[in-house]
Amino acid sequence: MKRYSVFAIAREALSHHQGWERAWKSPLPKASYDAVIIGAGGHGLATAYYLGKNHGIRNVAILEKGWLGGGNTGRNTTIIRSNYLQDPSAALYEKARSLYETLSQELNYNIMFSPRGLLMLAQTHHEVRGYLRTVHANNLQGVSTKWITPERVKQLVPIINIDGPRYPILGALYQARGGTARHDAVAWGYARACSDMGMDIIQQCEVTGVRSENGQVTGVETSKGYIGTKKLGIVVAGHSGQVADMAGFRLPVESMALQALVSEPIKPCMDVVVMANTVHGYMSQSDKGEMVIGGGTDGFNNYTQRGSFHHIEETLRALVETFPMISRLKMLRQWGGIVDMTGDRSPIISKTPLGNCFINCGWGTGGFKAIPGSGWAMADLMARGEPGPLAAEFDMWRFREGRFIDESVAAGVAH
Amino acid sequence: MSTRLKSGGRLIDRSAPLDFTFNGKRLRGCAGDTLASALLANDQMLLGRSFKYHRPRGLVASGAEEPNALVNLGQGARLEPNQRTTTTELFDGLEARSQNHWPSLDFDVGVVNNYAARLLPGGFYYKTFIHPRAAWKHFFEPIIRHSAGLGSAPKDRDADRYEQAYAFCDLLIVGGGVAGLQAALVAGRAGARVWLVEQTAHWGGRAPVDGDVVGGMPAADWVEAAVLELSAMDNVTLRLRCMAAGSYDHGYVLLDEKLADHTPGDGRPRHRLWRMRVGKILAATGAIERPLSFAGNDIPGVMLAGAVRDYAVNWAVSPGDRTVVVTNNDDAYRTAIVLKEAGLEVAAVIDARNIANGPLPERARALGIRVETGRAIARVKGGKRVEAVEICQQAGEGAASTTLSCDAVAMSGGWSPVVHLWSHCGGKLIWDESEAMFRPDATRPPLHADGTAMVLCAGAANGALRQAVADADAQVKIALQALGFEAESEEVPAHDVADESALEPVWIMPQGAGIALRSKMWLDFQNDVKVSDVQLAAREGYESVEHTKRYTTLGMATDQGKLSNINGLAVLADSLNAQIPQVGTTTFRPPYTPVPLGALAGEARGEIFQPLRKTPMHDWHQQNGAYFEPVGHWRRPYCFQRPGETPEQAVHREVKNTREALGLLDASTLGKIIVKGPDAGRFLDMLYTGVMSTLPIGKCRYGLMCNEQGFLSDDGVVARIDADTWLCHTTSGGADRIHAWMEDWLQCEWWDWQVFTANVTEQYAQVAVVGPNARKLLESLGGMDVSKEALPFMHWADGTLGGFACRVYRISFSGELSYEIAVPASQGAAFWALLHKAGAAFGAMPYGTEALHVMRAEKGFIMIGDETDGTIIPQDLGLDWAISKKKPDYLGKRGQERSFLANPDRWKLVGFETLDGSVIEDGAYIPEHGVNANNQRRVQGRVTSTYHSPTLGRGIAMGLLRQGPARMGEVVEFTRMDGGVTPARVVDPVFFDKDGEKQNV
Ligand SMILES: Cc1cc2nc3c(=O)[nH]c(=O)nc-3n(C[C@H](O)[C@H](O)[C@H](O)COP(=O)(O)OP(=O)(O)OC[C@H]3O[C@@H](n4cnc5c(N)ncnc54)[C@H](O)[C@@H]3O)c2cc1C
Repeated sequence: MKRYSVFAIAREALSHHQGWERAWKSPLPKASYDAVIIGAGGHGLATAYYLGKNHGIRNVAILEKGWLGGGNTGRNTTIIRSNYLQDPSAALYEKARSLYETLSQELNYNIMFSPRGLLMLAQTHHEVRGYLRTVHANNLQGVSTKWITPERVKQLVPIINIDGPRYPILGALYQARGGTARHDAVAWGYARACSDMGMDIIQQCEVTGVRSENGQVTGVETSKGYIGTKKLGIVVAGHSGQVADMAGFRLPVESMALQALVSEPIKPCMDVVVMANTVHGYMSQSDKGEMVIGGGTDGFNNYTQRGSFHHIEETLRALVETFPMISRLKMLRQWGGIVDMTGDRSPIISKTPLGNCFINCGWGTGGFKAIPGSGWAMADLMARGEPGPLAAEFDMWRFREGRFIDESVAAGVAH
Repeated sequence: MSTRLKSGGRLIDRSAPLDFTFNGKRLRGCAGDTLASALLANDQMLLGRSFKYHRPRGLVASGAEEPNALVNLGQGARLEPNQRTTTTELFDGLEARSQNHWPSLDFDVGVVNNYAARLLPGGFYYKTFIHPRAAWKHFFEPIIRHSAGLGSAPKDRDADRYEQAYAFCDLLIVGGGVAGLQAALVAGRAGARVWLVEQTAHWGGRAPVDGDVVGGMPAADWVEAAVLELSAMDNVTLRLRCMAAGSYDHGYVLLDEKLADHTPGDGRPRHRLWRMRVGKILAATGAIERPLSFAGNDIPGVMLAGAVRDYAVNWAVSPGDRTVVVTNNDDAYRTAIVLKEAGLEVAAVIDARNIANGPLPERARALGIRVETGRAIARVKGGKRVEAVEICQQAGEGAASTTLSCDAVAMSGGWSPVVHLWSHCGGKLIWDESEAMFRPDATRPPLHADGTAMVLCAGAANGALRQAVADADAQVKIALQALGFEAESEEVPAHDVADESALEPVWIMPQGAGIALRSKMWLDFQNDVKVSDVQLAAREGYESVEHTKRYTTLGMATDQGKLSNINGLAVLADSLNAQIPQVGTTTFRPPYTPVPLGALAGEARGEIFQPLRKTPMHDWHQQNGAYFEPVGHWRRPYCFQRPGETPEQAVHREVKNTREALGLLDASTLGKIIVKGPDAGRFLDMLYTGVMSTLPIGKCRYGLMCNEQGFLSDDGVVARIDADTWLCHTTSGGADRIHAWMEDWLQCEWWDWQVFTANVTEQYAQVAVVGPNARKLLESLGGMDVSKEALPFMHWADGTLGGFACRVYRISFSGELSYEIAVPASQGAAFWALLHKAGAAFGAMPYGTEALHVMRAEKGFIMIGDETDGTIIPQDLGLDWAISKKKPDYLGKRGQERSFLANPDRWKLVGFETLDGSVIEDGAYIPEHGVNANNQRRVQGRVTSTYHSPTLGRGIAMGLLRQGPARMGEVVEFTRMDGGVTPARVVDPVFFDKDGEKQNV
């Protein structure tokens, strides 16, 4: 693999950049692999990457029905934070966040992780108490967050309106090293590294069936033929229910549309990420200058990657109220993704009723931030057949036992 | 130079001059101008800078597809960044400033990026700025952020208002060109409810510009007659300046109507957002011209041929004195002819095709215009303005044979139908080889709720580039038939346009251009994406069109690829040795052109951001020092501050006064839901953990509700009103949620149970009269008997007090002698006033929500949302007594039996007393020794409510502790934000009047 650097660019510039090689290969599938991952989203690619890197398993294929990174990984609003309330979540998201810190260097691909700081506004007394609780919890979990006053909020976000009138800002939960990254680059960076390790990323390859013998997985049917495998990882986000069905089990997961939108780009006016849960909206400014905006999920299940308009309207009301100056900016583009929601709003990283078949799903509205940690934990699970401490609490049987990891407690909007 | 012609201009009124400024320079245009035409008329070709390389940018187009000529419009509270000059109608006093440069438009330091362009190919960001690690955040990213972005960030609150409205119609026709007008005529005559909307300020679209003849008359006359006829139809609504932004499932359409953009500050709302449900959409949205890719095609002065024609015909503006037209089709000859006929010089028409002998080229030749076939532009010369073009063979590699000096280039690569509304909701496209364009595939339309086509396209939007009227006529008839209307059989007006011979797809010019030329061919003008960038992306494996788009940013500019997408696709397909339709398009997403966020938010701002629910006593509170807090949509007094008091002091006073004398609480927000019917008792037994069916008439009972998982979701007192009626009190925040929850079960699961529910929260005002003097006050009012015997604790009775008909509940959330009195909402304010007047003698004071919280905590009463957070079961809170052991089932019962919830090690409710009397911090945890497998500090409990108790004079708290009730007397440590700890003793959660003597008097 040719390494990327400013020197490489200068060298290639001499030949008008005709010399760059493919970032990832486009191979035909082999007859079988040691491990097959379904879904080349961020989570699937990261799983493959850490299988190779941490566990030396490199005879791996990643099967993608569309184009890699084209699911929610390429549709999200890229917020990265680990200020979660419950211990298992804080551990997993903080692991992910800390891996993000050095991911560009590790992958030799600039994923533009930008720990520019993240605020969650408190606009009711109830919310104040909730975030104070989160700060106390985070301190014990090794996650660095703090509570800040409205005046400090205003300093960090000059464009914000802290005086209401309906919901004056009472303070905020602040994670200084939360932020954003470039979503496509995360998928591409992992894909390039996987390909470099000799793994096969097979795009336009839809899995249509799962084969097993004696309760053990043996392979998958795909639009490019049958592919045998010793281990199978299902990492397909919004389509988890469908693929689980192929593998013969059901999941406590519902699929819903989550939408986002961007404004036209303007010069920098907001460096931090702001989330406002009482009024239901959040906003950051991308490096391109677009205001990146999101809100809650639609109130019904569906598989179309568009949403209903009233959610956009609700979100914009919240944000125009919170940031009055955005009123004269224009909405450039709105889109949606299908998110996989569990009952406790926490993910599933788990063995399944089918032997050697593992699942990673349920990231819902907030899994971009988790990609490196999730891949790490899932690879560990697939390699050893048993979960390590990061994944231990996230098995799918927790719902049967009532052992929820409920994050809706802390955040109405969980991005 | 570009200038105003001496005569002509369909749309301008030369007798009405308008003054405006550009970058502070005073300029003059006239009524009917767009900002773009007025700037061109003043020879202002350089209008902005590109995104990445900060290259000089001028106008390319004349409509919504313009990628370059965006300005900061207006100032202060009316500053609007990225405003398209092409869609901005000129008005007197308009102020515009160019964007994305420093220090000035003419001299922009950012242009260094241009000289380093070779180091900054598509996707270079991903390959560099990797080391050192901290440099991205602290150095590279800030630089990139500052050089990116386009317009200035507004600073002020928007001075304008935005309106929203709903509408319905059978047929929404989008686009007021001849196709849209013909469709509207047919549909209008057939009696359908029709809306016809046009995004610009004028009807007619391209036909009048192109000199088409419709129905035997010049298009402009036909348009006028059509509009006249349509205006007279009651069933037809016509809207100019109204853009259909998006189509959504089930015939939902969003329209953005500009009301006062051209008359700012006239008091009208600036935009009106229409939300429409329609039977069908007919998209007669026309087509957009494609640029050609030749080296230097981004230099100011290179424009679309159709736009050049628009400027000349509509606004009498010539973009240059000497224009070169470059094309792969006949249509662009119209531009050459228009310019020539306006007395301007056309240096040559450079036609990439080997043969050009249709009527239009012949006419051009007849006018003496030099036509060069089989030729191409090798490169455009010039910096901030076109100076010349070098001509070469299209079939070659770009060796220039001639240089033609010129100051404008009009290019045309063919036209692409505007299919956005078709595609937003899933309509599919097919590739049309002959016109080299994607057009709607009528066999795969977006579907309506009934499974039929929701959108039809008509005219150029449907790929009928030349027979628009006839196509529109046919399409609208299909739509009408599907809608159940019968179209009158009338003759379709003839639409005469010059014959055109076939276009020849030309995706790069010349065909064999080497890399040096390809690195100068712009695809996306605003985002600086060139042919070489797309080819690089393909070479590096970013093969999917979405990958290419994202890697290079092609089509991600503010025009969303209106000009660049098809050209980029073609280059990509070529690089991959694939066919264009195989590569496919990127997804079309709403809106068609950007819509102000303010318009989407509408009037929901400031005080009316969300509906504000007020109790009948709200005004009184406001006049009496209430310090409000939001509780759902309600606003409740947190406390009533007296002059000189802090909120904290006020709360202490209110608690003390209530405990010692008399407090009055406005409890009107408390949820009140009537549940009635033969099955109401059975229903409530399922809803609550306790038994409600056996509650005697006249009595009250405290109840808990859980969700299916078993977690506690709400609590409140239930009163049995008569044999089949119960009144359920819920928490203030929970009323709507619980009512919906009840209906969910009744409508979806137990639909055969005979139960009605009604949320009567707002029908009653409710006052809690609390404290040792409560009974004295009520007795002084006269009316019903409120004695201990007549109205014991946990009973209710109807009667009158002080002349007010009321219902009195003897319930207590404070531990004091307490009556909650409900009166009709209309009487609330008067009753409240009476209580204060009569109560003065008994020391009555109002108290707010915080005093309420403190008093309930002193009594160890739980509060939903404090002691609960969605993970707590009643058993955790020691509320086993409120759970019926006898009932076979209730919502949450099975959930609570699951192993994790039945675990004896769960954290349980206890009280805490700090050793030093201080107050435990909100949200504090109780850590224990050691760390877990993830290296997190182990914890064994946390605080749920913590207050200073004025009654006891020290900090008290409730909280959850592992096996808490078994650990009374133990001292535990709570975390503090400063890193220290607060030691506290585990005690009973009831701190005050354990035996309940005070409330039972
Ligand atoms: C609008 C929006 C905003 C969001 N904002 C944030 C945010 O700010 N922060 C955050 O942390 N998270 C956010 N999220 C959530 C985040 O995007 C997702 O949790 C995360 O990207 C999920 O990654 P994934 O790899 O699991 O799924 P995906 O990226 O969706 O990948 C799954 C892949 O599986 C493929 N697949 C499915 N079925 C098959 C099959 N049968 N065969 C082969 N392949 C198949 C799909 O094509 C897809 O590529 C947001 C999501 C959305 C939609």
